[in-house]
Amino acid sequence: MSTPLHAVSAAPVGDFALRCSGLQRYLGQGDGRVHVLKGVSFEARRGQVYAIVGPSGCGKSTLLYLLGLLDQPDGGDIEINGQRMSNSDDFARTAARGAHIGFVFQFHFLMLEFTALENVMMPMRKLGRLTAPEMEARARMLLDAVGLGAKTHRLGTQLSGGEQQRVAVARALANQPSIILADEPTGNLDVKNSTLVFDLLTRLAKDNGQAVILVTHNPEIAQRCDVTRPMRDGLFV
Amino acid sequence: MLMSLSCTVLGVGLFIVTQATTSGFEEFFVKTLLGTDGAMRIEDRIQDTLRSMEVAGSPDFQIRQREGVKYIEGVEEPQIIMDTVRSFANVRGVSAVLRGNVQVSSSFKTEDGQVFGIKLEDHRFVSELERKITTPEGLGKFQESAGSALVGRVLADRLQLTVNESIVINVRGESRRYVVAAIYETGVRDIDKTRIYIDLAEARSLLRKPTGATFLQISLHDPKRAREEAAHMEEVLRHSVRPWQEREKEWLSVFRALSVSSAITVTVFTLIASLAMFNTLAMIVLEKTKDIAILRSMGYERRDITRIFLWQAAIVLAIGAIVGGIFGAAVSWGVSLVPLPINTLFKTEHFIVALSPWHFVQAITTAVVMVMIASLVPARRAARLEPGDIVRGTAQ
Repeated sequence: MSTPLHAVSAAPVGDFALRCSGLQRYLGQGDGRVHVLKGVSFEARRGQVYAIVGPSGCGKSTLLYLLGLLDQPDGGDIEINGQRMSNSDDFARTAARGAHIGFVFQFHFLMLEFTALENVMMPMRKLGRLTAPEMEARARMLLDAVGLGAKTHRLGTQLSGGEQQRVAVARALANQPSIILADEPTGNLDVKNSTLVFDLLTRLAKDNGQAVILVTHNPEIAQRCDVTRPMRDGLFV
Repeated sequence: MLMSLSCTVLGVGLFIVTQATTSGFEEFFVKTLLGTDGAMRIEDRIQDTLRSMEVAGSPDFQIRQREGVKYIEGVEEPQIIMDTVRSFANVRGVSAVLRGNVQVSSSFKTEDGQVFGIKLEDHRFVSELERKITTPEGLGKFQESAGSALVGRVLADRLQLTVNESIVINVRGESRRYVVAAIYETGVRDIDKTRIYIDLAEARSLLRKPTGATFLQISLHDPKRAREEAAHMEEVLRHSVRPWQEREKEWLSVFRALSVSSAITVTVFTLIASLAMFNTLAMIVLEKTKDIAILRSMGYERRDITRIFLWQAAIVLAIGAIVGGIFGAAVSWGVSLVPLPINTLFKTEHFIVALSPWHFVQAITTAVVMVMIASLVPARRAARLEPGDIVRGTAQ
């Protein structure tokens, strides 16, 4: 039994999956304290792919982690599907991450002791919307979609870098989040795999009406996105 | 993780072994004494002193004030007391004993001793004397002849006596000759070197005590309830009743101290196990920070992360408890085969081991408490890690 990609989608609220305004973030302490984000505002529509580009240290990843509720801003607002999250507690932010946000990190970040199938099932297990057979069917379908249908039972250690990143993409899509955040998703891959992963991410996201926000240094990848937002010194330029 | 597991196995296993050996010796000692001197003794009659005063002029209402208890030595009416004692449900048997200090002579030498006058048919129910006979003739001759005696192994050796030889018992200048009907060995040296059992009627004649008894020896179906029974009997019979727990309290406290001291020693192993677990989990937290970040990014809560680490500790603990339990049981069995001749407080040729489910419960509970407390710190630390700090590489 296969589950459609949109089967577990949360109800969309308006056109924007994500909005933030006036985001401030300081990192470090004492003399080393740096004003990384200086009032950043940003919006992401469903079905659109956004690239945030800029030199190292300009605040791209910091912004991404704030948008992904992995970090808390020192000022400003974040709305996920119309729900204000900037002042919410850890419990609410964690729940929102599980239901609305999928992450793809640069270094794959698979749980290497688990199989590809188990890695993809992990977010679904926590969300608990599907039964065990439904979770497995959906995980298989997602791995099929990323071209790894034949390698579902391989451990993370038995997959190449490109394959691991494709599993990470499948995992990010597991709970049918409305927002996909990708931090240099192709940064650690060769050209062929970079193209493969990017195409996959954008195709699946567009098919399912998800907003994709990716941070990249790769100009070719950025060029292929719907919107490119360059950053410098903690601000969009 | 293997180190933590090994320490847990050792901690649980050795806890069981030490408790099984110390309680083994204690149980054997108690069993020996119960089999020799019974669960209780009724000794002296209580003589209450009474101070009365009239309250509000009423001669019917008096305040009775106990100034202390005085005792009249011995049991004056043993038969009446025995009949009453037999009506207690927990009583298995009661036997009147008349005791007196004597001198015992053989053709070889003279030793000090104590005569215990008993009625064999009563005494069989309150002691294991019959099973302690080491000579093949058994108790047959003692039963048949009033002029026969049962002599302890140590005394018999000192006097160089064998069965059917004569002894002369001297008390207050009067001497009587008895035939050694059998030799017994309780294993308690103090008993085996002094006691001579003779028929109660013969003892009355010898010790010139035509009535009464020095004490009544009682055996119980459930010796553990001796304290409660003794208190009850003392109230009913107005005689001093000493349960075995009170009679042997010095030795019992020694065993208890030994048990506690060995438990403390072995708890150190469990402490090492918990430190190893702390160390292992702390290392795992460091190694798995990225996994923690992934899980947190997927929506796993802090308590989920705590649970994952506590589960790891629980799995190690469960394996450690099972393997440690088997290890403890196996070592205890092995220890029970170790030769250890003891012939003082009691007699044994081997280490005595008494495995009880309670030892397993104690060992596992100690391990669970210590290891889980030790695991809680790294587990909570893992849960406190901020996913943003981890992916940024600034997690502390």
